[in-house]
Amino acid sequence: MRRSVAQAFLILSTSLPAVAQQQPIPAAPPAAAPSEDGQWTMPAKNFASTRYSELDQINTENVKNLQVAFTFSTGVNKGQESSPLVVGTTMYVLSPYPNILYALDLTQPGAPLKWQYNPKPDSAAQGVACCDVVNRGPTFANGRIYFTTLDAHVVAVNAETGEEAWKTKLGDINKGETMTMAPLAVKDKVIVGISGGEYGVRGWIQALDANSGQSVWKAYSTGPDQDVKIGPNFKPFYDSDKGKDLGVSTWPPNAWEQGGGTVWGWLSYDPDLNLVYHGTGNPGPWNPNQRPGDNKWTAGIFARDADTGEARWFYQTAPHDLHDWDNINELVLLDLEWEGRPRKVLVHPGRTGFVYVIDRTTGEVLSAKPFHALTAVTGVDLKTGRIQYNSDKEPVNNRVVRDICPTAPGSKDWNPSAFSHKTGILYIPHMNMCMDWESVEPNYIAGTPYVGAEVRMFPGPGGHMGEFSAWDIKEGKELWTINERFPLWSGAMATAGDVVFYGTMDGWFKAVHARTGEVLWQFKTSSGIIGQPTTYRGPDGKQYVAILSGVGGWAGSIVSGDLDPRDGTAALGFVNAMRDLKNVTTKGGTLYVFKLP
Amino acid sequence: MKKPIWLLPAALLLLSACEREKREFRPAQVSEETDEKIALSSLSAGPSPPSQQTTGKGKNFEENAYHISEGQKLYTWFNCNGCHSNGGGGSGPALMDDRWIYGGSIEHIVQTIREGRPNGMPSFRGKIPDDQVWQIAAYVRSMGRYTPKAASPARRDDMHPGPAEQRRPPAEMNPGGSIPSSAQMPQ
Ligand code: HEC
Repeated sequence: MRRSVAQAFLILSTSLPAVAQQQPIPAAPPAAAPSEDGQWTMPAKNFASTRYSELDQINTENVKNLQVAFTFSTGVNKGQESSPLVVGTTMYVLSPYPNILYALDLTQPGAPLKWQYNPKPDSAAQGVACCDVVNRGPTFANGRIYFTTLDAHVVAVNAETGEEAWKTKLGDINKGETMTMAPLAVKDKVIVGISGGEYGVRGWIQALDANSGQSVWKAYSTGPDQDVKIGPNFKPFYDSDKGKDLGVSTWPPNAWEQGGGTVWGWLSYDPDLNLVYHGTGNPGPWNPNQRPGDNKWTAGIFARDADTGEARWFYQTAPHDLHDWDNINELVLLDLEWEGRPRKVLVHPGRTGFVYVIDRTTGEVLSAKPFHALTAVTGVDLKTGRIQYNSDKEPVNNRVVRDICPTAPGSKDWNPSAFSHKTGILYIPHMNMCMDWESVEPNYIAGTPYVGAEVRMFPGPGGHMGEFSAWDIKEGKELWTINERFPLWSGAMATAGDVVFYGTMDGWFKAVHARTGEVLWQFKTSSGIIGQPTTYRGPDGKQYVAILSGVGGWAGSIVSGDLDPRDGTAALGFVNAMRDLKNVTTKGGTLYVFKLP
Repeated sequence: MKKPIWLLPAALLLLSACEREKREFRPAQVSEETDEKIALSSLSAGPSPPSQQTTGKGKNFEENAYHISEGQKLYTWFNCNGCHSNGGGGSGPALMDDRWIYGGSIEHIVQTIREGRPNGMPSFRGKIPDDQVWQIAAYVRSMGRYTPKAASPARRDDMHPGPAEQRRPPAEMNPGGSIPSSAQMPQ
C-alpha cells in the first residue's frame, strides 16, 4: 500500500512538468500565417499580424556580431514609423510626408536605388496631421505596392517599374481628413481607413478594388446602422451593443457627425472566417462632457465580412471614452486552448491598459489583464464586457484632474507587438506614463482641431517612460520587462533565432533574448527609432534585419517639429514628458540594414 | 524749482499707463483690412534693405494690455491652440520661440493669419474680423515676450503650461529663422 502511494507520488511529481511542457502554446492560424518564404511583404508580416519570421540564421549566439550592411536616406527628417518591405530581390521604403516610395535593388552591392515614386501630396495636409506627418507603411499584393498619402489618397504602384497604376482621393483635408495607416490587401481588395480623430472627422473604413481603385464598400464608425453596415448578421456578444441605430442614439443630437472613430491603425484578416478585424479611434472631441452617451461605435473592435464590409460583431473597449483611448492597436490572431476548449482568439494590447483576449468568432472577452500602472480604470467586467472607470479621474470642465494613468496615448499606442510562434510569448513595446487633464469647451471649425482638453504628461511609477514586456497570454501576466528611459514608440519583431528586436527613442536598435530578455546586441543609429523592424533572406541566401531610424510621431514631435519645451501642453501634452529628448537625439530619416559578417 | 524733476517721470508713467489701457471704441469694419507694405526677406535687390511701410496699427495693438488679453481669448476660440498649443507648437510650429519662417513682426503675423501658409496654416481671411486678427497677433507676440512686460498677460484661466507671458524674459528676433517644412522635402 505505502509503496504504491509513494510510487504514485513519484509518477505525479515527475510527470507534472512534462505535462506542463506538453500543453500547447498559442499558435497563429496557418491560413493567416503561411510558412516562411524569406520575404516581408506587409508591415504585420502576415494576416495574423504576428510579426514573426521563421528565419533563424541570426540567433542568440551570433547576433552580437551583427553589422551594418547598407544604409539609405529617406530624404525626410520627420518621424519614420514605416516598415521596410522586401518582395523578391527588391526592398521598398516609404518616407513620411511627402510619402515618397523608394525601391532598392538588393542584388547589387549597397542596394542602389531602382526607382522612386513621388505622389506629391498637398503640402497643406501637414497642418491637419495631429501627431507628426507619419506613415505606417506600404503593403504588397498582386505585383503592386499600395500605400496611403497624408492628403488622403490611396496609391497603387507597379512593384517592378514604379509606375502609378491608380490613385484614388478618399478624403478632404479641409475637413481635417488625412491618411497615415498601412493598407491591408485582402484577396482582390485593398482596405484602408481615415485619420483625423482630433479634427472632428467622422471615421470610416473602406475597401477598394485592387485592380481599379474604385470603392467596393465603405462603413462608417458612427451614424445610422445602414452607414455602419450593421444588418441582420450583426451579432455582438454584449447587450450594450444591441439595438437599432446606436451610432446615433448614444450621442447628443448630430454629435456623431463629428464623432471620430477614425480607422488609422492595424487590420488583421482571418481567411477561414473571411473576417477583417479593425479598431475604431477615439470619439471626438476628447472632452467627454460634450458627448454624453456610449458614443458607438468609437473606441472598439469590429469584425467585418471581407467581401461586403457587413459588421459581424463589435466590442467597445472604452464606451464613452474619457481619455482619448483609440482602439486601433494591433489585433494578433491566435488559436489556443482556453479552459480546456480550443478557441480562435484575437489578442489586443489596448490603450486602456489591458491585454484583451477576445473570441474572434463571437466577440466575447475571455480575459482582460492589466499591463500598465492604472489609476483611471479598475478592471473589465467580463459579464458585461464593460470597462470600469474610476470616477475620481473622470474629466470635469475647467478643472485639472491629476495623476491619470494611463495617458492619452494610452498604455501603448500604435506601435505593434510581435508574437513568437516558437516561444508562444507576446512581446509588447509600451509606455509607463501618467497625465494631468483639464477638459475645456471646444469649438468645431472644420479643418481645425476639435479636442477640448489641456493635457500634460509625465513618467509613471519608477520614473522610466518605456517598457518592453514579454507577456504570457494565457496567464495574463508579464514574464520579464526591460525598462527604457523614453516611451517605446517602435514596433517589435520576433524571429525563430529566439531574438526579438525593437528600437528606442534615443536611437538604440536592440536585439534581446526571446526567453530571458537579456540584451544581446545593440546599435546606436543616427536618430531616435519609432519604426517597425523587419527581416528577410537576401538574394545571397543570408538573413538581414532592417529598421528605419528617424525620431518623431506624437511622442517625438518635440524633436521632429522643433517644439518649444517651455510649453508643457505642446503636442497635446506629450512635450511635458519629453523635454529631455532634445538633449539626446536630433531629426533623421535613415534606413539601416544589418547582417552577420 | 524742484517740482518739474519728479513731475516729468510721473507724467510719463501716467501716459504709458494710458497707452497700455487704451481702447478703441469704433473698431474697423468686418471686411476692412489694413494695407501693410512688408517684405518677407531681409535681402533686397540693391544695396539698401527692403522697402517697408506699416500703418502703425500694430504698435498700438501690441503695446496694449486689453488687445493682448482679448487676443489670448480669441486664440483659443479660433482653435489656434489646437495646432500651436499654448505657444510650444504641435502640428504647427512653436510661436513662443525666436525662430520665424514667415516673419515675427506683428504685421507679418497678421499677414500669416489672413493668408494662411503653404505647409498647413489655414487662411482665416473673412473668418475673423480684422481687428480681432490684430488682437490675436498681438497675443502671439506676447508669447515670446516681444511685447512690453506691463502689457503682457500675467495669468491664464486654464492649466498652466509654464510661466505666464509676463514672467518670461523679453525676446529678440533671430534672423536665423527656422527651416520651413518644405525645405525638408527632397527634390
Ligand atoms: C490646422 C492647424 C493650424 C491652425 C488651426 C492654425 N495654425 Fe498657424 N500654422 C500651422 C502650420 C502647419 C504652420 C506652418 C506653415 C508653414 O510652414 O508653411 C503655421 C504657421 C503659423 C505662423 C507662422 C509661424 C512662423 O514661424 O512664421 C503663425 C504666426 C501662426 N501659424 C499663427 C496661428 C494663429 C494665430 C492661428 C489661429 C488664428 C493659427 N495659427 C491657426 C497650423 C495651424
